[in-house]
Amino acid sequence: MSIAGLEAESLYAGLLAGVRGLLKPGGALVGIWSGGAWLAERLQRDLGLPGEAGVISSTLHRDDFSRRGLSAGAEVTKLPFEIEGRHIVLVDDVLYTGRTIRAVVNELYDFGRPASVRLAVLVDRGGRELPIEAACAVVKVELPASQRLSLARDSAGRFSFEIR
Amino acid sequence: MFVRRNPQLNRNDELIHLLSIEGLPASIVHHILDTAGTFLSVNDREVKKVPLLRGKSVFNLFFENSTRTRTTFEIAAKRLSADVINLDIARSSTAKGESLLDTIANLSAMHADMFVVRHSESGAPYLIARHCAPHVHVVNAGDGGHSHPTQGLLDMYTIRHYKRDFHELTVAIVGDIVHSRVARSDIHALTTLGVPEIRAVGPKTLVPGDLKEMGVRVCHDMAEGIRGADVIIMLRLQNERMGGAMLPSAGEFFKTFGLTAEKLALARPDAIVMHPGPINRGVEIDSSVADGKQSVILPQVTFGIAVRMAVMSIIAGNSA
Repeated sequence: MSIAGLEAESLYAGLLAGVRGLLKPGGALVGIWSGGAWLAERLQRDLGLPGEAGVISSTLHRDDFSRRGLSAGAEVTKLPFEIEGRHIVLVDDVLYTGRTIRAVVNELYDFGRPASVRLAVLVDRGGRELPIEAACAVVKVELPASQRLSLARDSAGRFSFEIR
Repeated sequence: MFVRRNPQLNRNDELIHLLSIEGLPASIVHHILDTAGTFLSVNDREVKKVPLLRGKSVFNLFFENSTRTRTTFEIAAKRLSADVINLDIARSSTAKGESLLDTIANLSAMHADMFVVRHSESGAPYLIARHCAPHVHVVNAGDGGHSHPTQGLLDMYTIRHYKRDFHELTVAIVGDIVHSRVARSDIHALTTLGVPEIRAVGPKTLVPGDLKEMGVRVCHDMAEGIRGADVIIMLRLQNERMGGAMLPSAGEFFKTFGLTAEKLALARPDAIVMHPGPINRGVEIDSSVADGKQSVILPQVTFGIAVRMAVMSIIAGNSA
């Protein structure tokens, strides 16, 4: 698929179907800050799940801390349920090198030992640097390394892609 | 003209050492407080540790005793997964005549990544920051009568936690202002964050009139000093100042400037009472106030660990 074909709202319908298939009984959604957290929030509602989806940040486990330092921001992990023994579906907007996922899985383990962790993303843009794959990737695109792709959300809650 | 750079900041104006709150932009102070908020939640986890300083060595250099401050720095560094080495300098090489810079050179040869320094001489941490290797970071844990920036920052975190907006607050600092590096750091921080009214309250010997130059209102009358205050910061009355020309006696001080429930009633009903510890019950603060509803003295200690984690992780992530 070309970048021009990336219509976030229609891809979301695919994600909803994919996550419905991945989620086990008693399982929980955890969105990766920030784009993944928006997606998880909407999935939680559309799947009729009780309570709030979890939000997870990679900040405290990132592997580029010594080069990039701590960014200022409101990135805080909020997991309003037990992780121990639970089936978790991680949700993110874009899967790229896999480094964020590695950091986030470490972060998750600081809260307990989950029964299983699956990954669902809107876009898989290739370029993996770690042995990490998504159980559900709605679309695969090839992008040059110089381009940054991320999800945006407008005031009405509608999704679109930002390419820089 | 040659302008001397703030030694705490690198060329991109990022924090590489924490030496004093004076001269720090408000954005950096807010960044530290925001980051501390993140670290506070680490206490709620199954694993109360994050790997940001894994493989780094933090040396606690306390040339002056302070069990509490040293311990909170040690806990903070350990929660960041650093290796912590405590040096009881007062009883080691310096006692044998080694100079400060020789001590630092030797510890650097042991691959130190960060020095947390407490020294009785004002400016000692600056001297160390100027002479250490570029990858080494320095945190001032109190230097003479000059500065105690992490205490100032944890006080700001505490105020922000309970009071939110700095721009409408009246803050009274009570006691031995002139000898207090805590008071000095608090005044700089409160000014930086835009607090409109800062009062320095105490007897003439401990609160000289020229403090006005720091932008504070000087009050030699306790009632005037705390009336309508949102925040009251009590300072520890240092025993060594007692009995001399500075003060007649502890009992005398308590009668005039000690915080009792009756005096606290003059402040706003929702005022908070702070103290950097250790407290002298019945000297600067009455037990009923120290243990009372408005006291936030113990939360200050908890916040202090998160603030020190924030400072150490921010400076460790920036290079010279």
